[in-house]
Amino acid sequence: MLSDLVQYAASGVTVGAIYALIALGFTLIYNSTHVANFAQGDFAMLGAMTTVFVAAAGVPVVAAGILGILAAACAGLLLYRAAISFAKNSSVLGLIVLTIGAAIFLKGVAQIVFDKRFHSLPAWFGTEPIKVLDATIQPQSFVVLAGAAVIVFALVVFTKKTLIGKGILAISQNQLAATLVGINVTTIVTLAFVISAAIGGTAGILATPITLTSYDAGTLLSLKGFAAAMLGGMGSPMGAVIGGLVLGLVEAFGGGLISSAYKDAFAFLAILVVLALRPQGLVGSFVRERV
Amino acid sequence: MLEVKDLASRYGRIEVLHDVSLKVEPGKILALIGANGAGKTTLLKAISGVQPISTGTITLDGKPLNKVQASERVKRGLAQVPEGRQVFGGMSIEDNLLLGGWTSSATNVQADLQFAYETFPVLFEKKDLLAGSLSGGQQQMLAICRALMSRPSVILMDEPSMGLSPLLIDQVFAAIELLKKKGLAIVLVEQNASVALSIADDASVMETGRIVLRGTGKELQQDQRVKELYLGHA
Repeated sequence: MLSDLVQYAASGVTVGAIYALIALGFTLIYNSTHVANFAQGDFAMLGAMTTVFVAAAGVPVVAAGILGILAAACAGLLLYRAAISFAKNSSVLGLIVLTIGAAIFLKGVAQIVFDKRFHSLPAWFGTEPIKVLDATIQPQSFVVLAGAAVIVFALVVFTKKTLIGKGILAISQNQLAATLVGINVTTIVTLAFVISAAIGGTAGILATPITLTSYDAGTLLSLKGFAAAMLGGMGSPMGAVIGGLVLGLVEAFGGGLISSAYKDAFAFLAILVVLALRPQGLVGSFVRERV
Repeated sequence: MLEVKDLASRYGRIEVLHDVSLKVEPGKILALIGANGAGKTTLLKAISGVQPISTGTITLDGKPLNKVQASERVKRGLAQVPEGRQVFGGMSIEDNLLLGGWTSSATNVQADLQFAYETFPVLFEKKDLLAGSLSGGQQQMLAICRALMSRPSVILMDEPSMGLSPLLIDQVFAAIELLKKKGLAIVLVEQNASVALSIADDASVMETGRIVLRGTGKELQQDQRVKELYLGHA
């Protein structure tokens, strides 16, 4: 029994780390534009699929991975520069629908450029499972966790300690004031999209040895990432991480202890409960304006 | 020196500023007074580049600004203290000031931060608190300091006394006179016409998007129409 619980916890944390990375992408774009970008999961798919196909063409996996992340970053750049920035004066809802359109577009392109089959990548440190308290854990799980930790740490340092990171936050709070201190809003928001897409692409590549990828893997990832971001508190990077991990754990334990057929339902049920009791999310807070 | 010539601006099809011209030199204060909706705020926004203009020219130290983006105008030495302060409420006071120095070099930013803290010690005491937690007057001080962090040669101030107690209004206006002594060119938009005219070198009265009267601050203080309409006594 204990080994089962450890097993669920391990797979929950691993999947949760992926959700957390997708949720971080949501957070970054939400913070700079107040838009929930539903193409976020498709950035992950694009990063993973590009890596798979470039690696299959004979390029070393690491180089293929870098190309995959670049492909995702380019998609992020194009999403903002070729679509969202032209519709800047639309409502936030309109922009969200635009990102859904972009997600469908990316899925369609992936279907044509790549194919419709499932693909995997070789695990970095082999597939010999590691035994922990009678549970067996894939070495790739540790790669996912380490990768996620590095990205989270780097992003926190970037937004808290660098002026450009603070600029992203400033734009989210008051675009007019940000412009008046000399911040070029278009440039900084573009940067937020690129970073966010690159994080998504990295998440997709890290997850592929465990979860496989295909042209349509992005949709569910977007939904889960969005749910994780909402669960933690939209706009808070720490909330995205906590929300992702909680979501992964709820899924793993719900699927393991009750029924794996309802795995996805448990996650969304958990969100309903949390948002009913704490609408601002687990760690989110309401900002009070003083007049 | 800031110079605006024959400026017009529109919201959609409605022209809201017509043939506005003004000029302000270093070390001088130009007060713009007028009722709500006269176009004062729109004029400042047009100068800082966040409101598009349809005709006319804006020049800063002889160089045209018409085609220069709003964020780039800050780099050229134009700063605005926007109406309603608009501090970054969810960020610390220090972060607000650092963002004010977005266009400056690191050494200038450190020196200017020091200056702001020395001028307004309350900002130093609270530097790690969220700007949204400050009182209205403190937020106004912060907004002014943030604008100064870019080392502007021209500063546009929109209703700096709005919502403040008389004591705080005195403090804010003392700060404005200090800036004038430091050689900044100041455009001051105010509802509080009597205080504004008392410190202004030049002044203009705006009505429905036009400048209808100009003179020195003293002249307008004595003007019969200004007295009746804006100073509240005959």
